[in-house]
Amino acid sequence: MSFTHELIKLVQQDRVGKYLLSSLLAVSIMVPVLNLLVPESSSLHVSTYVVTLLGKYLCYALLAIALDLVWGYGGILSLGHGVFFALGGYAMGMYLMRQVGDRGVYGNPELPDFMVFLDWQELPWYWLGFDQFWFSALMIILVPGLLAFIFGWLAFRSRVTGVYLSIITQALTFAFMLAFFRNEMGFGGNNGLTDFKDILGFDIQHGGTRNVLFVVSALALAVGYLLCRYIVNSKFGRVVVAIRDAEDRTRFIGYKVESYKLWLFVISAMMAGIAGALYVPQVGIINPGEFSPLNSIELVVWVAVGGRGTLYGAIVGALLVNFAKTFFTGALPEVWLFALGGLFVVVTLFLPQGLVGLYQQTREKYLARRAV
Amino acid sequence: MKTLDQIKQTMRRDRVFDFMVSTGTHPVHRGEIDTSHGPILYVENINVSFDGFKALNDLTLYIDDGELRCIIGPNGAGKTTMMDVLTGKTRPDSGTAYFGQSMDLTRMTEHEIASSGIGRKFQKPTIFPEHTVFENLELAMNMDKGVWASLQFKLTGEQKTRIEEVMQTINLVQQCHTAAGRLSHGQKQWLEIGMLITQEPRLLLVDEPVAGMTHQEIEHTAELLTGLAGKHSVVVVEHDMDFIRSIAKKVTVLHEGHVLAEGDMDTIQNDPRVIEVYLGE
Ligand SMILES: Nc1ncnc2c1ncn2[C@@H]1O[C@H](COP(=O)(O)OP(=O)(O)OP(=O)(O)O)[C@@H](O)[C@H]1O
Ligand SMILES: [Mg+2]
Repeated sequence: MSFTHELIKLVQQDRVGKYLLSSLLAVSIMVPVLNLLVPESSSLHVSTYVVTLLGKYLCYALLAIALDLVWGYGGILSLGHGVFFALGGYAMGMYLMRQVGDRGVYGNPELPDFMVFLDWQELPWYWLGFDQFWFSALMIILVPGLLAFIFGWLAFRSRVTGVYLSIITQALTFAFMLAFFRNEMGFGGNNGLTDFKDILGFDIQHGGTRNVLFVVSALALAVGYLLCRYIVNSKFGRVVVAIRDAEDRTRFIGYKVESYKLWLFVISAMMAGIAGALYVPQVGIINPGEFSPLNSIELVVWVAVGGRGTLYGAIVGALLVNFAKTFFTGALPEVWLFALGGLFVVVTLFLPQGLVGLYQQTREKYLARRAV
Repeated sequence: MKTLDQIKQTMRRDRVFDFMVSTGTHPVHRGEIDTSHGPILYVENINVSFDGFKALNDLTLYIDDGELRCIIGPNGAGKTTMMDVLTGKTRPDSGTAYFGQSMDLTRMTEHEIASSGIGRKFQKPTIFPEHTVFENLELAMNMDKGVWASLQFKLTGEQKTRIEEVMQTINLVQQCHTAAGRLSHGQKQWLEIGMLITQEPRLLLVDEPVAGMTHQEIEHTAELLTGLAGKHSVVVVEHDMDFIRSIAKKVTVLHEGHVLAEGDMDTIQNDPRVIEVYLGE
């Protein structure tokens, strides 16, 4: 009772959030309908390819609000948030690998193909349990959370901040990339994990499954958004912003700053892990490239473009930049990286509050003019 | 050598010594401030140096419970550095700083010191610019400041009334929902004092509270601080002599990280050493 009550209050007080949640609801009804019920011959038909593409964008949007939580509100610029996304993705990938069973190329019921290829005789201990969905689901949240906890505990306790923190987060994801490239690590090396067959017993290639994954991604984004909104509206959120703006002051009024940063970081990492886990079955592969420092930097650009410290800005940024990316990499592949770099420069120089900030400023000006 | 040092320390300590009091007469609970011997703050032989430069040089001073103490001294005398040591921002090279009889401030972290009952106003007013006046006061308010408590926090009616009272005291009722970053310099100073009040510390360290204030604002601040003394102990650092004269009972003069003179305003003003330091500038 009181939970629903809180939830309703939360949504009611959030003007933009209402639009956001209703559009998510609308999309998660419309897209499957247009894909499954509207005949392919119709111009309104949405192809399964597009459904999957949109689902991928929603995962990116979830990742973007996770970053906005630590960067926009906590002032912690993580340049390695991709590491948590990729770990969530790998945990899901391991589950999907185990579901392949004896349908791999080598037909080994016990071992994934790449292990047979490496002449391994038995499953490494850290693969145990991943044949169970509940266990994998737990790992999707716990593994990124634990890494964030250990990293954050060390970094925040020794008061590493600013550029130094950004650099070591970048180093963290880079180190993971190098490690996962190695075959001996037991995560498929260079090729990563792929050739998935089914998820929870449903064919992963099937159109219906694709639509369900899309809807689940939309739902995850909605829940993630509400969770973040709850956090930033609570006093915890106000303390976190206080730390961002005047860290010492916050200490001197009695807050244990490192604990606040730590838990914010852990929650964010868990959300990133979930985003990665939903991403993998839709794109059908996870490889060490996901740990690439460049991915984490791109993520920062999405949030900067959309506008940080608003949550919906991060979503807008993630969607727009990725639409643009899909367009450019299709039409003019050489141009994309320059376009991305240019976009970042323009935003940092002229739009410190991002697109959402620009919109808010114009709206305020318009309202002020109308009032006169 | 070590025992000798320990004996020396007890020799410097004011008034009644721990070993002279039979155990059990005043049991001290953990986290409780024991002021049974008079002083609430014992600063003893503190040394701080920055790259060989001695900012605090064997500083020793005591603050009584409920006292309003003014600290003056030329620029660079070490006044702010002393506050940094007392709030855990700077660790001294040597010396001790006891809060009550039992808490060693030189071993505690900033938030531990703050939650044990020391509040601080910075020389440069530091408030939370993006938060409203109300939220600034709420953040400072005395309550459980743990992560979990903050996540579940709901403002009670009592707390709301308290914040409204404080806004009245610091003349910021109109600005209740204004972002603190938009306040004038003097208003920011007051907001910071207001935050000290909601924080309810036993000891307030106030660094240059009237810098940049108008004459009227200064008078109001003087009233505020004298009103706080008694229930709280207040240490005020200021350069404004008129202001000091209007509030001071006991004044300590710092010079080159050391106590130069201590006493009431008249004694201080006629002390030749003090005159020399101030005229020599
Ligand atoms: N972090 C630091 N690093 C190096 N030197 C410092 C540091 N902090 C203070 N100092 C030096 O220590 C001395 C004492 O500084 P402090 O700020 O305590 O003086 P003050 O009495 O508060 O002066 P003012 O009246 O100007 O505020 C100054 O000479 C200052 O330059
Ligand atoms: Mg100073």
